[in-house]
Amino acid sequence: MADAAILSDVSKWLAATSLSHTIQTAGWIIPALQTIHILCVAVLFSSAVLVDLRIWRLFLRDLPVRDVGRRFLPLIWPVVLILLITGALLIIGEPRRSLLNATFYIKMALLAFALALTGLLHWSLASPGFWDKDNARRVAGRLAATASLVAWCGVIFAGRFIAYTQAG
Amino acid sequence: MQPFADVVSYLESSSVADNIRENDLLFPLIESVHVLAICLVVGSILVVDLRLLGLASTKWPAGSVTKAILPFTWCAFVVAVASGGLMFISNASKYLGNGFFIAKMILIGIAGLNMLTFHFVGARDLPKWERHSRPPLPARLAGGLSILLWIAVVACGRWIGFTMQPG
Repeated sequence: MADAAILSDVSKWLAATSLSHTIQTAGWIIPALQTIHILCVAVLFSSAVLVDLRIWRLFLRDLPVRDVGRRFLPLIWPVVLILLITGALLIIGEPRRSLLNATFYIKMALLAFALALTGLLHWSLASPGFWDKDNARRVAGRLAATASLVAWCGVIFAGRFIAYTQAG
Repeated sequence: MQPFADVVSYLESSSVADNIRENDLLFPLIESVHVLAICLVVGSILVVDLRLLGLASTKWPAGSVTKAILPFTWCAFVVAVASGGLMFISNASKYLGNGFFIAKMILIGIAGLNMLTFHFVGARDLPKWERHSRPPLPARLAGGLSILLWIAVVACGRWIGFTMQPG
């Protein structure tokens, strides 16, 4: 990989910053950031699961998808912001752990996919009954719901596996 | 405590525990399932707690939020306990010697007591107030306490990983 040298340089530069030094030396910062990071994933994943289960008619089926989506989807975006900030700080603290790790890029790709699907669901809720217009829409809605669930599970697995696949 | 110690050492020397210890892939896989389940437990309980605090889902009666959400919470909790149990038996004596592990178990116990107390005391007059956007003080206390306890459970879980190296 031609980019590996650049990434290695970026990692070295990041690791030499005073912010990185602070994160590395205070032993409590990394677990604290990881705790906040996991709590953000908990909110995002649970919100996505509850909306997806509603689309599958397994949860709150007597309420319109729109109402369930309006309860759970808008709060996703501020939480994504905290997720990205804590994630960025974790990278600054231990750049080689993620930037030189293929698992990290798989996680980012899955996250982008999951967020795109969640964004699509959020946007589609502006028009009532968007996923109920005809059979094709219903199937598409369920496919999107299932794909987002699989992607979120992938994000969580990849996130945990970063710790086991880091370069020495 | 001797019977407990016997059970622990029996589990730790079982072939299941042996497999989790020896296989490089098994522990991270079980750990990922554990994180996934904990995320669902915490995320879904948060929905109930925020309703009890009167901070979210206020258009929906508190009782119907609880009834819709808690079955998922329990399913996720069963998966979390099963996956956590497998990690525990792979290294039982080390976990038992870890302060954060003990703290996590105690905090989960307190969260359970908080839930039971709410169920049998705070929720006795639930039909009277479940449509109010702001539930009475006992319900708000139960919700607030639950959020704090589960945040602490996640924090302890993460600290276990930094204070003991499995294997």
